[in-house]
Amino acid sequence: MLSYIIRRVLQMIPTLFGVMLLVFCLFSVFGGDPSLVLAGKHMTPATLANVRAQLGLDQPLTTQFMIFVKQVFTLDFGTSWGSQQPVRDVLASRVGPSLTLSGALLVVDLLLAVPLAALVAYFRGGLTDRIVTICCTLAMSISALVYIVAGQYLLAYKWGLFPVGGWGHGFWTNLLIYVPLPMLMGLMVSLGPDIRFYRSFFVEEMNHDYVRTARAKGLSEQKVMLKHVLRNALIPVVTTVMMSLPYLLIGALVLESFFQIPGMGNEVVRAMNNSDFPIIKAITVYVALATMVFNLLADLIYKLIDPRVQLK
Amino acid sequence: MNQDTLLQVRNLKVSFRGEEGELTEALKGINFDIPRNRTVALVGESGSGKSVTSMAIMQLLPARNTVIDPASQVTFEGRDLLALEGAELRKMRGKDIAMIFQEPMSSLNPVFTVGDQIAETLMLHAGLGRRDAFKRAVALLTEVGLPDPEKRAKAYPHELSGGQQQRVMIAMAIACEPKLLIADEPTTALDVTIQKQILQLLADLQKKHGMSVLFITHDLGLVGEFADDVVVMRHGEIREAGSVEQIFNAPANPYTKALLNCRPHLDSRPLRLAVIDDFMQPGGYVKPGERVRGYEASDEIILDVQHLAKSFDIRQGLFGKRQFHAVKDVSFQLPRGKTLGIVGESGSGKTTVGLTLVRLHQATGGKALFHGKDLLAMSAREFHEYKRRIQIIFQNPYASLNPRFTVEQILTEPMMLHGIGRVQMERVKMAQALLDRVGLPARSLSRYPHEFSGGQRQRIAIARCLTLKPEVLICDESVSALDVSVQAQVLNLLQELQDEYKLSYLFISHDLAVVKHISDQVLVMNKGEVVEQGDSDAIYRAPAAAYTRKLLDSIPTGWQPQAA
Repeated sequence: MLSYIIRRVLQMIPTLFGVMLLVFCLFSVFGGDPSLVLAGKHMTPATLANVRAQLGLDQPLTTQFMIFVKQVFTLDFGTSWGSQQPVRDVLASRVGPSLTLSGALLVVDLLLAVPLAALVAYFRGGLTDRIVTICCTLAMSISALVYIVAGQYLLAYKWGLFPVGGWGHGFWTNLLIYVPLPMLMGLMVSLGPDIRFYRSFFVEEMNHDYVRTARAKGLSEQKVMLKHVLRNALIPVVTTVMMSLPYLLIGALVLESFFQIPGMGNEVVRAMNNSDFPIIKAITVYVALATMVFNLLADLIYKLIDPRVQLK
Repeated sequence: MNQDTLLQVRNLKVSFRGEEGELTEALKGINFDIPRNRTVALVGESGSGKSVTSMAIMQLLPARNTVIDPASQVTFEGRDLLALEGAELRKMRGKDIAMIFQEPMSSLNPVFTVGDQIAETLMLHAGLGRRDAFKRAVALLTEVGLPDPEKRAKAYPHELSGGQQQRVMIAMAIACEPKLLIADEPTTALDVTIQKQILQLLADLQKKHGMSVLFITHDLGLVGEFADDVVVMRHGEIREAGSVEQIFNAPANPYTKALLNCRPHLDSRPLRLAVIDDFMQPGGYVKPGERVRGYEASDEIILDVQHLAKSFDIRQGLFGKRQFHAVKDVSFQLPRGKTLGIVGESGSGKTTVGLTLVRLHQATGGKALFHGKDLLAMSAREFHEYKRRIQIIFQNPYASLNPRFTVEQILTEPMMLHGIGRVQMERVKMAQALLDRVGLPARSLSRYPHEFSGGQRQRIAIARCLTLKPEVLICDESVSALDVSVQAQVLNLLQELQDEYKLSYLFISHDLAVVKHISDQVLVMNKGEVVEQGDSDAIYRAPAAAYTRKLLDSIPTGWQPQAA
């Protein structure tokens, strides 16, 4: 186990190097000249040269790459060109709101989708299955924007059940007051595909021979489903969830911008609109790192829940 | 009901409802008894309704599409099992009647330890606590002869071999001292040597616990040694029932005779194996002449394998590696139009030999001279031409055909890859001719693999190889997954094709009787090494190695008089 982890961590080094090279090339070749943006419309050649020197753009590419590598390893991407704050502080203040919303959305989605999927899988082919499947398809087919606009208008503006948007101070305030409405809208979009996806895992497991053995033992249907089938069907569910975790960092772009939540998603949009390179570079690298780490974690957890998995 | 009768089946009629609501009759009203403390064998081919019978007794058939005729009765100690519901039904399952299945690997839950799975039954029916139940599970594993039971109880199913998994299933089944044990093809997925052990274990447990056993199998030859009564089924009906002595010595029904005769025998090698149809037509079966086998000096050697070796690297520690020698120093010659049989148990390396010859595994040593050219030393480009000339047929006809391809695509794709036939029309014509040759109707072309039975699929796999006009055909356990009756048909087909096209076969199998029937020379392998090699008749007449004798002893001998 330990030697496996060490080997996997060592394998990350070339991957990370590849990511750095790719990100660097993207920005220096296709990213355009940021000094033109920063110097503003009424620049003189002197100010432009000045800005270029400040950004280190007058240095040879290899030196610039070395600076970038140093930034990655120290996780210090300098200051944001927009707010002039250190990138680290900007992102640190943004990650909280994003995780609060996406984390809550993920947890509630799982708590609803897994039992519902098990239920419809058990009654597959029957009326319950058909009704839920139709509802899922219906919910999936409506655009997220419709839910958001309708939700904000009806639930928040007309009936006053939730605030229309915004963000407060303190984790619990946000979780209990500002998160529920955007989360509900997120659920409308995610539940349909998730239930149908997880349903297929359950249906597949229920066709296995060990289910017949469990019944032949004299176990009740609840026991067969909740013990034997659930444990096996959760294996692919956990894999899917683990793979989606790095994206929690980026946050829910649409929800954050419609509900004015100061999260990562909003920051990504702002940075891209304003060519705020340090922020974009930092987020790209962070997400790449998170993907690598979560992939490793997913494999380790996979080993924990599925005894058949061998880590080689 | 007779005091000595444990289970009585009367007029059991079961139908399945198809997707359009049409009914297919699987059991057409069968009657039989299982006496107390006896073993009853229920014998029949796939589709005869034998498994449906056992599932109906346990009420394990899917309720959605199963229709059981209301007049059907299954009486167990005075109770009508078909009328049981809910808690009463669950109390019967696992406690009064327990069941073991064909595929022990998939019948065990992969994510729980085997000890826990046995303990679960005990906690459910015997009311034991977790710790006591686990202790009892270890004792049960000891009883079924699992080595090191305390450690094995904490193992997961995949960490055990097939035979050990089936022992676990048996331990689980006998946990609550059931009065009836239903064994549904419990040894079909196992090697012959393991099969023998499992059958012995079941016979011992039956005597020790005084329970009744309903043994379901497609292989009539298998049950002679331990069953008391035999029920022969076909197409949902009982063809013949009687004591084992009567069935083996004086079978009345032609179908019973057919089943008894389609398994290859060690002491004869007919030109053609008997198949069911031979017995069902008027006039009955006429024994054909004997075939003489063996290599001759005049044979043209087309494949000469010298010191073939294959080892795999197994990772150990951080950077370490360990070598596993799957095949060590195997040499043999294969002449045109002859068959070399490779026999051995799972893990003997026999399959690896076949795979290295078609370079699906890269050999780590030795030569394989095909018409004098070393197959193993060729570049991939050079080998492409030879790929056509050496083809392989795998064991599992369900997994080795692409389920999304029609038979036409399956047959014409290899021809296209190797540039056989100029246009698709021409290839389809050739495919059609081949289908006809392997005994399938031409309309099969537009169908998908799942629409065929196991034997038919293996015929498709054979036809796929023949599309390329190969010279050598490697048959890797190609008939092992088939019913004995279907096995005889496929073996006859292979023999006809060999006579017709002068094909050379490398026939890999764990079943010595089959290998003896089809092979000119035999090579016995154990743990990657050649144990014995020579003319097949000589080896079977006087096996030199102890391992060969062990394999020979595992072959079912049919019914033997008790006095002898």
